[in-house]
Amino acid sequence: MDSEDDFMSAVSSEDDILPDDSDNDDMSGGEDDFDFDDEPDPDLGIQKDAPPKKVAYDISFKVYQPSDIQKQQDDLINEVNMILDISKEEAAILLRYFRWNKERLIEDYMDKPLKVLEAAGLFQAAAGPPKLEIIPGFVCDICCEEEEGLQSFSIKCGHRYCVDCYRHYLSQKIQEEGEAARIQCPADGCNLIIDARSLDILVTPELTERYHQLLNRTYVEDKDTLKWCPAPDCQNAVECGVKKKDLDKVVPTVSCLCSHRFCFGCILNDHQPAPCELVKRWLKKCADDSETANWISANTKECPKCNSTIEKNGGCNHMTCRKCKHEFCWMCMGLWSEHGTSWYSCNRFEEKSGLDARDAQAKSRVSLERYLHYYNRYANHEQSARLDKDIYHKTEKKMVQLQKESGMSWIEVQYLNSASQALQTCRQTLMWTYAFAFYLARNNQTEIFEENQKDLEMAVEGLSGMFEQPVVELAKSNLKVEIMDKTAYCNKRRVILLEDTAHNLAEGRWIFNVELTGVMPSGGPSSNSNSNSRR
Amino acid sequence: MSAQGQFATKRLGKELQKINNSLPPGIVLVSADNFEEWLLDIKVLDTNPLYTNQTYRLKFKFGASYPIEPPEVVFVKLPDRPIPIHPHIYSNGIICLDLLGQQGWSPVQNVESVCMSLQSMLTGNTKDERPPGDEEFVRANRLRPKDIDFYYHDNNV
Repeated sequence: MDSEDDFMSAVSSEDDILPDDSDNDDMSGGEDDFDFDDEPDPDLGIQKDAPPKKVAYDISFKVYQPSDIQKQQDDLINEVNMILDISKEEAAILLRYFRWNKERLIEDYMDKPLKVLEAAGLFQAAAGPPKLEIIPGFVCDICCEEEEGLQSFSIKCGHRYCVDCYRHYLSQKIQEEGEAARIQCPADGCNLIIDARSLDILVTPELTERYHQLLNRTYVEDKDTLKWCPAPDCQNAVECGVKKKDLDKVVPTVSCLCSHRFCFGCILNDHQPAPCELVKRWLKKCADDSETANWISANTKECPKCNSTIEKNGGCNHMTCRKCKHEFCWMCMGLWSEHGTSWYSCNRFEEKSGLDARDAQAKSRVSLERYLHYYNRYANHEQSARLDKDIYHKTEKKMVQLQKESGMSWIEVQYLNSASQALQTCRQTLMWTYAFAFYLARNNQTEIFEENQKDLEMAVEGLSGMFEQPVVELAKSNLKVEIMDKTAYCNKRRVILLEDTAHNLAEGRWIFNVELTGVMPSGGPSSNSNSNSRR
Repeated sequence: MSAQGQFATKRLGKELQKINNSLPPGIVLVSADNFEEWLLDIKVLDTNPLYTNQTYRLKFKFGASYPIEPPEVVFVKLPDRPIPIHPHIYSNGIICLDLLGQQGWSPVQNVESVCMSLQSMLTGNTKDERPPGDEEFVRANRLRPKDIDFYYHDNNV
């Protein structure tokens, strides 16, 4: 449960696995090495309680299915219901109010029950169940209806509205805004929460279903240790003890029963070895238009006199600024008049007059080229990973074909499946190593990291090449052995790389060229930068 | 749609009746030709130097589920109707006020109460400034006010 504990054990157990790895570097490992590879086996997810070996980048987590989630809630509600002698509805509201922290609820309730009830929007238990009433002379403040015999409703605060308005209000909240556990009284400034029993008599059956769905969701959303699996149509939730403040030390990657692997910290797809903060920055940088500006500053020059931006698209070095008519040399940025008779070939590079202008240009070019270096490699692996999805589907066909042509059994062609899985996970990792490297300041660790990156990349490209062989070739047993070896090697190189990065991250040994903990600079404080920057 | 539309129409009809009878000082109905869009003028009544002798034009747009959903309210710029300076009002007239968002809105609110809230929001202001990032926001924003996810960071201004 406590992330620090997990974390420490993960780090300490790391030592006993490294020597093991280096011994096996000779690629002799066959199927035996597969204990490293937890990806192709989705079942491993739930057996994580006591894994035989723990690696530094591995964290403990649990996957819950919808029925588990429901049961946990019911258990908690029943327990509070019995201990505190309050109705189940009220127990549920109190638990939601306390974000399902049962201990704190019971403690606070024992201490000052009235205060707790009021804070949770329950007030004092009123007499009798909620009901619709007809009150003479009633005027609804929402629709201004004053008709005789108008059915109206109010919760314990006494703010009374006609039943139509109440229903409109609730359907808006439930259907459109996705609220459930904390729908408040419609009155301005009234914080009283509408309880489940009141909702039962107010909402239509189809809405009730949605309402209960949403209530179930709040259980997961309220608990910091629970998160929904973000895969489309997956209804599972994952429990993990890694806290937000640890995210600069660990990249908590979890894998759902549906086999989707994602980061528990930020819900994005597996982005090991890069920590969440770097990922956020990197994605923003890649999406931003700021790179356009970068391009401009690297591919254009400014008129030394009036600073107009100029892109040279041909012609000679004798530039005449269209705006201010200043004449200068494109090569050295110095005055054209100083060039004397050596027109059209500038050999005055060391001349002082153009030095400063060139310095500024050079700096911007270096930073752009550095970014592009990492971006191109990142994007390449991203694309290749996508192509690997295609390959995966082709693999399935290949496997069937192979069974027919070579007479191999189903189990004998599984090595292709493993290879394809390995390709995908390794490329995913490689992709993020480049985003990671972009933010890395140079030191000895960086050297080791780049070596690891190079090894993994070469192995992956090698495997990728073998993998694309025609079926006839694949059927030959020597290629099969080669692919199996290479698959194991790729997986092992990935483990080594992730071990190294995770270990150094935990120890705080990486030096980044950006602040890791700082909050991202965002747009105006009064407006959400996401929605503003959308075009 | 029609049922909800009727819902809004009925309520707006009642509101209009009341507005035609009386409005608080400093609030004037300019036009209410239909139940989709109304224009009102507001003035700041006290002697706040930022807003003296100025009148501001407000545009209300009502959806079919008004008053369950908040109306869309913006300041409109005209030759004699500037956009009031305020750290929560962008120079294109978009207002960042929790009352006008889904979270802060209550169906008990109405056109009159919104006008009064805006009056008091101006009255209480001492800062002669636009929201941070105003220029960028005004240039880049293509969203309607109700689709903007404002983050209400400060209820004191």
